[in-house]
Amino acid sequence: MKLIISIIKPFKLEEVKAALADIGIEGMTVTEVKGFGRQKGHTEIYRGSEYTVDFLPKVKIEVVVVDDLAAKAVETITKSAKTGKIGDGKIFVLPVEDVIRIRTDERGDAAV
Amino acid sequence: MSVTRVLRIASVLGLLVLFNPLHAQEAAAPAPSINSGDTAWMLTSTALVLFMTLPGLALFYGGLVRKKNVLSVLAQCLGIAGLATLLWWAVGFSLSFSGDGKFIGDFGATFFKGLYGPNGDDISFSSHLAGVPESVFAMFQLTFAIITPALIVGAIAERMKYTAVLAFITGWLFLVYFPFAHMVWGGGWIGAGIGAIDFAGGLVVHMSSGYSALVLAIILGPRLGYGKEKMAPHSMVLCMIGTAILWVGWYGFNAGSAGAANGLAGSAFLTTTLAAAIGGFVWAFLEFLIKKQPSVLGFCSGIVAGLVVITPAAGFVSPSGAVICGIAAGVIPFFAVVYLKKWLGYDDALDTFGVHAIGGTVGTLLTGLLAVKGINGQEGGMELFFKQLASVGIVLVWSVVATIIIAYVVKVLIGLRPTAEVERQGLDINEHGEEGYAD
Repeated sequence: MKLIISIIKPFKLEEVKAALADIGIEGMTVTEVKGFGRQKGHTEIYRGSEYTVDFLPKVKIEVVVVDDLAAKAVETITKSAKTGKIGDGKIFVLPVEDVIRIRTDERGDAAV
Repeated sequence: MSVTRVLRIASVLGLLVLFNPLHAQEAAAPAPSINSGDTAWMLTSTALVLFMTLPGLALFYGGLVRKKNVLSVLAQCLGIAGLATLLWWAVGFSLSFSGDGKFIGDFGATFFKGLYGPNGDDISFSSHLAGVPESVFAMFQLTFAIITPALIVGAIAERMKYTAVLAFITGWLFLVYFPFAHMVWGGGWIGAGIGAIDFAGGLVVHMSSGYSALVLAIILGPRLGYGKEKMAPHSMVLCMIGTAILWVGWYGFNAGSAGAANGLAGSAFLTTTLAAAIGGFVWAFLEFLIKKQPSVLGFCSGIVAGLVVITPAAGFVSPSGAVICGIAAGVIPFFAVVYLKKWLGYDDALDTFGVHAIGGTVGTLLTGLLAVKGINGQEGGMELFFKQLASVGIVLVWSVVATIIIAYVVKVLIGLRPTAEVERQGLDINEHGEEGYAD
């Protein structure tokens, strides 16, 4: 099992969600986050005073999938979240030791 | 602060003094009887002007600060309202409107002595407004004494200790507000002596508070993170509600300054409307031209600037004059807020100086040029203009010097700023033990 963490542009969320649903991934955890990578911040002016915007709003999607589906899921997220411009985000893939469905006590792949 | 910056600020203030060569609320003969219509309008105006501070100004300023400091602004407005009322009853009314001193009144009306006539039993007695009880006049003027120091809050928002704010305002009322109320409206040096005119408070309210606010903001220093961190308003919705309340309340401020329900009140009401509406429109239009985006904050700033500029002129200028005031209000304070502030590098948090001091100055000078004799007996022209210019210089210098003295006294006695930790975390939770928006 793999945990796929994707940091993407907020307006791409619906597109990514729909694309994942098309390959059978229905569950996910979504968080509104702020951060920066290569895009870095930029300077804005408000009423004559400058300030630096370091952290840009992004969306973090967390999905746990069975090993066989991981590559497909990463490919799907990459394709649907891409704009080609700086700040499109990153995807991290981590191994998962176990998954437990609380309602039924199922474990491992059955609980994903 | 760098020496260059000090020199720049000094040069701007110095220029205003160099180029320097009331009547509205002046005393009328005691009236034998009460005029119900005038009294009704003055009672209404008094309530309207109080409404400008609570909740108008409190919401306007409250919306413009960050979420962690919204209550500090509300508490400052509330505290100033109580403090000014107490002082007004004790000595303020007397120092402003009793006696015929050149700079300040006397103690003849302390604790509202003589408010109900020489015998203390004539509730219809009036010595300042013909046909209106003295109690109504005293309360009308009190609402001005409340909003004027509350305006200062805008420049020093988010970074001054609550106790220091109230201590400063106490000194400021004594050294700046009461003297100017007397000098301009109470028969003192500026109104009766020089002959400068100020219908509703361009000098007494906006310039006195605005120049003092700038000096206090400079002495305090900028907010932590100023120029690096985002310090945008936490609620433009509150700010807009506050602006609208200010606008409506301002009819009491300006049309109420006619002192009667008459043609002059109607004219002041009309000029106030024109200037406010046009000021807001022009400010936002400039934003549209420069940044391609007219903002709600731009509309609100322009409306308030329009109201400020028309304040000294409201009962002297024609509708066309009011339109000129409105256009000037949308342009000159706009450049002060967006460019002058950046150039000089001070942190006038909510633009009290840029809108009120600059707007009050522009309005006071325009009054000297645009006054129409047929409206209120004052003829605009170079003679009146130079009287206005002299009054601008006096208010500017007096306010700056008094503020420096009071600010340093308060700094030595109790300190001006909270600790860095308190300021970072926010004044609400640390100074008032509560939050504006609970989870």
